[in-house]
Amino acid sequence: MSLQHIEQRVTIPAHGGGTSLGADFPRLASRAVVRFLSRYGILIAFLATWQVSSSAGWVNAAVLPPIDTIVTALWNGLAGGTLLGDIAISLQRAGLAFAAAVAVAIPLGLFMGQVRAVETALDPILQVFRQTSALALYPVFILLLGLGEASKVFVIFWATLFPLLLNTISGVKQVDPKLLEMARVYGATRLTAFRRVVLPGAVPSIFVGLRLSATTALLLLIASEMIGANKGIGFQVMNAQYNFQTPLMFAAIVILAGLGLIANQALVSLQRRLCRWSSPTD
Amino acid sequence: MATTSGGEVTIRDLSKSFTLGGRPIAVLRALNLDIRSGECLVIVGASGSGKTTLLRILAGLEAADSGGVAIDGRPVHGVGAERAVIFQEPRLLPWLTVLGNVAFGLEVRGVAKAEAEDKARFYTALVGLAEFSDAYPRQLSGGMAQRVGIARALTVQPEILLLDEPLGALDAMTKIGMQEELARIWSEENVTMVMVTHDLEEAIYLADRVLILPREKGGTARLVEVELPRPRDRSESRFVRYREELLREFGLH
Repeated sequence: MSLQHIEQRVTIPAHGGGTSLGADFPRLASRAVVRFLSRYGILIAFLATWQVSSSAGWVNAAVLPPIDTIVTALWNGLAGGTLLGDIAISLQRAGLAFAAAVAVAIPLGLFMGQVRAVETALDPILQVFRQTSALALYPVFILLLGLGEASKVFVIFWATLFPLLLNTISGVKQVDPKLLEMARVYGATRLTAFRRVVLPGAVPSIFVGLRLSATTALLLLIASEMIGANKGIGFQVMNAQYNFQTPLMFAAIVILAGLGLIANQALVSLQRRLCRWSSPTD
Repeated sequence: MATTSGGEVTIRDLSKSFTLGGRPIAVLRALNLDIRSGECLVIVGASGSGKTTLLRILAGLEAADSGGVAIDGRPVHGVGAERAVIFQEPRLLPWLTVLGNVAFGLEVRGVAKAEAEDKARFYTALVGLAEFSDAYPRQLSGGMAQRVGIARALTVQPEILLLDEPLGALDAMTKIGMQEELARIWSEENVTMVMVTHDLEEAIYLADRVLILPREKGGTARLVEVELPRPRDRSESRFVRYREELLREFGLH
């Protein structure tokens, strides 16, 4: 195994390196087209089919409006600013809940993963809470906290807490005891072993939890905004549907999908930076 | 970078047993042994003879039931800075580079990062991995990973190096190369080496003395002094005779 071989595996980006554009250009270009189509071909075909069948009248255009009207509605909503306010309030709700879940679940999970007695004592109640649908509890939270912001943020917090907590715990528990023994041989104290072995070892699993929680946060965001809200993306989806503005409804759905993709991508690139050693998979 | 003296191990009346299915099984019975400063002692024995247990007691990872171990006259309780252990698996931290792993032992002991990395660089070169300093463990072969583990142990400059079947997981070709490397490191570093193996040829190749632990109850441990010049030649007739002698000890010849 040569050094070059090793460096290649570390540094070459997924899209291929910068190759000189000379006589090879047509071949390279066609290869790029093939690569693009093999990745996005089905998505493009899906959108094209939608567009054609809607504008040709094969499906009810009032239910599935043509793509271009959705794009127009999206553009008008963003440029006119009506959807921007919804995005802001939704991001605030989801972000607040997600941040609170991170602040509670990661320290608690690290602690629970380390101390067996605590984990044994808390595990049954965690399993019960986890298996109870957050949506089923939403009415309870509304009774407790009212129909305002607090209950919305809390239900999202509740649902995002568990994936993150359980993944943090399992990340700590998965750390190889042989590595801890190695650290002990070199005289590591419990604190040093935690800082140098347990914590970095748990990071990949914590990221799995973060990505699951981010997805859950958006899911619960919409559900909570469908009940008793007058602003937010989830509210817009419902409201546009009531008013039969299907292009606007799909525009709000597109925004949601976009937010999900952005959140996931942000976490993936953060994970890449923190865990270059483990080559994360998407 | 040679430690001058020290690294003398005294083992007195050392006993250890485990409970298996409710009844105790003695693996070490009143063992007495003096390991000389700077020697290479290789421990062999059938599985279940307690060779790894003995090494773990020397490392301070397990406590004896009775009797004890002293190093340079001081009784051993737990792990200590004068000892380093090389395990059968490299036990590298996957998130650290080769250099980071080699420096790990010193950094844990509170040595400043720059100084730790300087020493780590020296020992990384000593095991022939200088150009892989920035590689991560997942990019290394088994033999290379084990060399990183060896460099990490050498970096803390122990008086006693304890090796628990360090080459047991390697393929035959890599293994022979690594045995030569260990012999070279041992002669350059002037460290007391205690190594467990199940490979008799490896034992004869490296050892000043071979300790054979008995398998059956009431058997006694036996020491074989290997009086061969170094570097040793595996095909030499005397080498082969030592091999036959050890095989006879195991009742296999």
